[in-house]
Amino acid sequence: MFTALLTFKKNVDTTLTDGSSFNASMQTSPASMINQYKFEEDADTKDIFVTVDNPESHVTAIETYITYRVMTKTTRSEFDSSEFEVRRRYQDFLWLKGRLEEAHPTLIAHPLPEKFVVKGMVERFNEDFIETRRRALHRFLNKIAEHPIFSSSEDFKIFLTAASGELTSHKKQGPGFLSRMGDTVKAVAAAVRGVRNRPQEFTEMQEYVEAFSQKISSLDKVTQRIVREQKEYLEELKECGPTYALWSQSEEELAEPLKNVAGCVDRCCKETEEQVKNLSDHLIPVLHEYVLCADTLKAVLRRRDNIQADFEAKTEALATKKADRDTMRNDLDKAEDRLEWANNALKSDWTRWQKVMRTDLRSAFVDTAERNVSYYEKCLAVWESFLHSQRTDAEGNGKVDFS
Amino acid sequence: MPTKNNFLDSRQTKEKRSPVSITPSMVEKGTSLLKKMEISVAEAEKRTGKNAVNMQETYTVYLIETRPVDAASEGTNPVLDSLWKRYSEFELLRNYLLVTYPFAVVPPLPEKRAEFVWHKLSADNMDPDFVERRRVGLENFLLRVASHPVLSSDKIFYLFLTEENGWKETVFETGFQAKADSRLKALNATFRVKNPDKRFAEMKHYGDELQSVISQLLRVRARAADRLYGVYKVHGNYGRVFSEWSAIEKEMGDGLQSAGHHMDAYAASVDDILEEEEHYADQLKEYLFYADALRTVCRKHELTQYELEMAVQDLTSKKQQREELATGTIRTFSLKGMTSKLFGQETPEQREAKLKMLETQIEEGEEQVKERNAECDEFVKSAWVDIERFKEQKDHDLRESLISYAIMQISMCKKGIQVWNNAKECFNKM
Repeated sequence: MFTALLTFKKNVDTTLTDGSSFNASMQTSPASMINQYKFEEDADTKDIFVTVDNPESHVTAIETYITYRVMTKTTRSEFDSSEFEVRRRYQDFLWLKGRLEEAHPTLIAHPLPEKFVVKGMVERFNEDFIETRRRALHRFLNKIAEHPIFSSSEDFKIFLTAASGELTSHKKQGPGFLSRMGDTVKAVAAAVRGVRNRPQEFTEMQEYVEAFSQKISSLDKVTQRIVREQKEYLEELKECGPTYALWSQSEEELAEPLKNVAGCVDRCCKETEEQVKNLSDHLIPVLHEYVLCADTLKAVLRRRDNIQADFEAKTEALATKKADRDTMRNDLDKAEDRLEWANNALKSDWTRWQKVMRTDLRSAFVDTAERNVSYYEKCLAVWESFLHSQRTDAEGNGKVDFS
Repeated sequence: MPTKNNFLDSRQTKEKRSPVSITPSMVEKGTSLLKKMEISVAEAEKRTGKNAVNMQETYTVYLIETRPVDAASEGTNPVLDSLWKRYSEFELLRNYLLVTYPFAVVPPLPEKRAEFVWHKLSADNMDPDFVERRRVGLENFLLRVASHPVLSSDKIFYLFLTEENGWKETVFETGFQAKADSRLKALNATFRVKNPDKRFAEMKHYGDELQSVISQLLRVRARAADRLYGVYKVHGNYGRVFSEWSAIEKEMGDGLQSAGHHMDAYAASVDDILEEEEHYADQLKEYLFYADALRTVCRKHELTQYELEMAVQDLTSKKQQREELATGTIRTFSLKGMTSKLFGQETPEQREAKLKMLETQIEEGEEQVKERNAECDEFVKSAWVDIERFKEQKDHDLRESLISYAIMQISMCKKGIQVWNNAKECFNKM
């Protein structure tokens, strides 16, 4: 579709990338960029480890907010040292994601946990919420670190290493307000115009994303429903044990087995409680992230379409207008470059993303199944110990023959 | 666990559930009735007919089958006595037994209307599941009566098992209903007993507690069953979504599809699990109703004790009256004494006549006290024997029930382990 004669222009259009987002060694042709994406990620060669932990609350005159500790250990040469520790707040993560998407509009970035819908000040600092967010931020940074392109981003490096003051001033750089406005206008214009000749593979991608989005949302909802039903079951089950215990107080011979049963039911309650927590802590966050991923994919496809629409518009313009042909030809070339870049980037990253998605969801479901097995095994042991106690009792008293 | 009714197990028709509570150990101790015949409530059928007010009604009848014991073990085609009875006839039988053997803890009937239902269970008396569980309950009732040392030799009970027509008339001819009134009195009246047997007072209190705690347990269990049903059924949605999702995936498709099947199996497994639990609930219910029977016996004791105390009181007061008349002193205040003071003394002849009457009354009174004393003693003795028997039976049966509950839970856990291990294997293929 796009001829190989196109060569990479030395002065990259600033609307494509922000120069500072590029690692110097990465300035190569689109073709070799594609090759880069096809590198298999070998776990053994992982050379950067990032953790997010230790949430802390900060109070200023204007606001209260949470920061998280971000620790990095790396052997990469482009880093000045091998260990870093900084503190970052949610806003900083948002900034990073924005920068990465700006630089690579058709690469697929892992989603961030959602902004909190403010119901009241107190809830924002709820322990569970903070812990869930922390885990999601941790996953986000790790996914960025594992991404062949994103992890080499200068912004990413600064995010991981810069002191708070440095980061603030770095944030203030970047494309000026007006140029960003220009981008937005172009994007809107392109969106309004619509893409004319979308290649089949991207249409198929879009259909897939639609369907995937529905399915993963359904799974998210089903899982949340399961958690709700389990919690309600637990509420009722919690009353059974004490009822057996109450009964045992009126009995003589039956007191012991009844107390025993009460104990068993209580233990099963504890296991059920843990089971519910597992689902909430492990499966639901992953499903939720892939719901957000689906939205990201839709956005990526939209941006690709816009880039193509822009190219088509410029092609048309060149064909019809007579004046300014040189400038227009220049613009068209750049637009064509951008489109080729965008398409190749997306195609490669799509393959990568599918692999990652498959791995993530597979291990999440395998993990869930294992936990369910473990839950039933623990309950089984509880009831078997009851049976055992009754057998030894009974056979000892000669009351019941279990043969 | 083998039951006495072996021929029941060999029945091909439908899957029959036999009462779990009757165990082999009961057969060994066995009543002479059970040594002779096997009893079962084999089937239930809907009938329509005209009722007392000549209106069409639909009701259920139950088939009672009896078979001589020897024939079954020989493997020959046994002679079966079979007849159809409706629930109301079982009720009549039980009322007869209650009145005729007031000292016995009479086995209860299964509930008339479904109580402690959770949403999936129907509260409809015509619902086939309810009818089936009632069939089991009625069979259980007959076996309980048949294994009771005293009740099993009752003629009316024997006729119930062997006579279809005319049984009702026979029961009424016994005139038990006249005695029924006194039983009603025992249940409803509130009276003060001065010296109740402490053991019976404790037993009544125990009966109250048992009834209260089992009711609570049944309620809680029913609610938990409802919730558990929800948990399992929602997993069925996984099955559906996995299946749909597998359609758009290439490599993940097979793993997802087969995992979905296991989720469907998991969702479906709850029906059997909860059906098993219903039988456990039925066993608890039997003892819920038994608690009532126990309390009835205790109340009956109170009544006999009360009647004895009344007779004693009556006798004492008559003796006092005699003494007063004889010595001419009025020791206790009495209206008669006052009126005689006001309206003049009686003539010696009148006094003689009164004294004579009192003497007769005292003689009668002493007879009555003797009788009632004997009655009371007799009642206390036989009732306590049956209560002890009941206690042993209860301890044994409920322990068995708890064990069967544990076995059910274990079975449920094993199924869960299997399903999720299978699912895990499928997920690994994703």
